[in-house]
Amino acid sequence: MKKASTAKESKRQRKPGVSTLLGSYLLRHAQTLIYSLGQLLRTPFSLLMTTAVIGIALALPTGLQVVLKNAELLSGKIDSAAQISLFLKKGASEAQAKQLAERLEAMPEISKVHFINKQAALKEFKQNAGFAEAMQALKENPLPHVIVIQPSISHTGETTMQKLLGRLQNMLHVDVAQLDEEWIKRLYTIMDFIKRGVWLLGSMLGLAVLLVVGNTIRLAIQNRRDEIVIVKLIGGTDAFIRRPFLYTGFWYGLFGALIAFILISIALLLLNDPIERLAQLYYSDVLLSSLDFQTTLALFGSGIVLGLAGSWLAVSRHLRDIEPK
Amino acid sequence: MIHFSNASKRYESGQDALKNISFEIQQGEMAFVTGHSGAGKSTLLKLIALLERPSRGQVIVNGQNLARIKRRQIPYFRRNIGIIFQDHQLLFDRTVFDNVALPLIIAGHAHGDIGRRVRAALDKVGLLKKEKHYPITLSGGEQQRVGIARAVVHRPPLLLADEPTGNLDPALSWDIMQIFQEFAQVGVTVLVASHDLDLISRLKQRQLILKSGQLFEDNEAMATV
Ligand SMILES: Nc1ncnc2c1ncn2[C@@H]1O[C@H](COP(=O)(O)OP(=O)(O)OP(=O)(O)O)[C@@H](O)[C@H]1O
Ligand SMILES: [Mg+2]
Repeated sequence: MKKASTAKESKRQRKPGVSTLLGSYLLRHAQTLIYSLGQLLRTPFSLLMTTAVIGIALALPTGLQVVLKNAELLSGKIDSAAQISLFLKKGASEAQAKQLAERLEAMPEISKVHFINKQAALKEFKQNAGFAEAMQALKENPLPHVIVIQPSISHTGETTMQKLLGRLQNMLHVDVAQLDEEWIKRLYTIMDFIKRGVWLLGSMLGLAVLLVVGNTIRLAIQNRRDEIVIVKLIGGTDAFIRRPFLYTGFWYGLFGALIAFILISIALLLLNDPIERLAQLYYSDVLLSSLDFQTTLALFGSGIVLGLAGSWLAVSRHLRDIEPK
Repeated sequence: MIHFSNASKRYESGQDALKNISFEIQQGEMAFVTGHSGAGKSTLLKLIALLERPSRGQVIVNGQNLARIKRRQIPYFRRNIGIIFQDHQLLFDRTVFDNVALPLIIAGHAHGDIGRRVRAALDKVGLLKKEKHYPITLSGGEQQRVGIARAVVHRPPLLLADEPTGNLDPALSWDIMQIFQEFAQVGVTVLVASHDLDLISRLKQRQLILKSGQLFEDNEAMATV
């Protein structure tokens, strides 16, 4: 029966070419896409409710991602501010200290050298610290000469930093070489922690989006039960019946991502002033005050994928149950 | 076209709806399935449309043994059958045109082709002027005719109708039977389940009379070929 009718079919359609077949295939998909959008727009309130839930769920991890990216940009600046302080031995003279400073300046691992004379330090100390009298009582200057060094290598090369520190420690006249990096390490640990937290939160909220879309599509399937039965009766394949529901999931994901985008943009707009101040504070002009392309792409991509996946789950679970009787 | 050999249907409830049915219907033939309520008329049509499968025996439709058709293939099989129901099963949120176009859209026909065929089918049942109406605004008889137009729009070789005139007045019922006869005359096999014995007797077609699930009488002599 099938063979005979397909032969008849092709005669009736006057042998359509591959391109027209492909064209009508794409046209049908486009029609279904628009049709499912039209169906959604018929109940704008419930569309808004569902997409708002999806939007908020997507906005949270995306917003945190933006915060994280800014923190990373900032920490890059802070990182280059890592310093090593060299406290010289008591006996070292000013001339010796200056000589050492010059030698250090010539080293390629070191970008900046700042010499703090112990007399000058004491003077400053007396003026600023407010316990000038206590200082007056001391016969001798208790402060050593100090050389503050800015390494040119970045923090990430931890072993090279340790090596440099070791070398400086063993240099003539050097008493103690101290790296001011504990707090940077702590910052990195915290950021790593937050990063994992964002992933965890993102996965959980992604699952929530999946379930929201799945449940909404499940209700849509139940509402259109009669229609599904009729379409099955007149020879609609599962793929044909599935298609509008998948596209509905697609729209939910897309609109949800759009709402998330708008929410984050508004939040960033409100935070614009503090972000700018922060940027100035750290001489950074690279802070994000709007969503960057990569994050936007990830937001819309995950929205659409979650929408499609949620509707796919619902459709594959519930469509089989509906059979004409 | 349709060949039952010793087909039986027992529902999961244990109800024997059909017992050992054998008959054959040729292509282009029109036949009625009659019998009391619960005799198994609907069940017989359901076996042909693969809405149910026989518990025993064979059903062959247009050379295809239905037992060999897998679930995945059922949609393609059904595209060769036009099914008409007593409660017409129309989509009430779509126009008459869109309802009738559905089988063509499902089968993936080209756009221009669809318009032409839908209008031809609506013309056949005398509803060309109502293509933009919604089914809810039509009378029962008009809705039934939309159902018929949808069943024939893709020109299936087999037409099944379960109580198509169930709640129509005699004049309308007669008109609809005339439409079925016209299809049979152009080679479509038509099988109608009905208990409107008065109407059937006037049409002088073959009758398969069921009684408690058994083929009580196969009145081929009634047919005027
Ligand atoms: N899905 C089902 N599950 C269990 N039993 C069923 C089912 N469908 C029908 N039956 C039983 O099978 C028998 C035949 O039913 P069927 O619907 O074929 O009768 P019918 O001749 O079409 O009756 P009517 O004229 O009232 O429509 C009946 O006894 C009915 O109760
Ligand atoms: Mg019945």
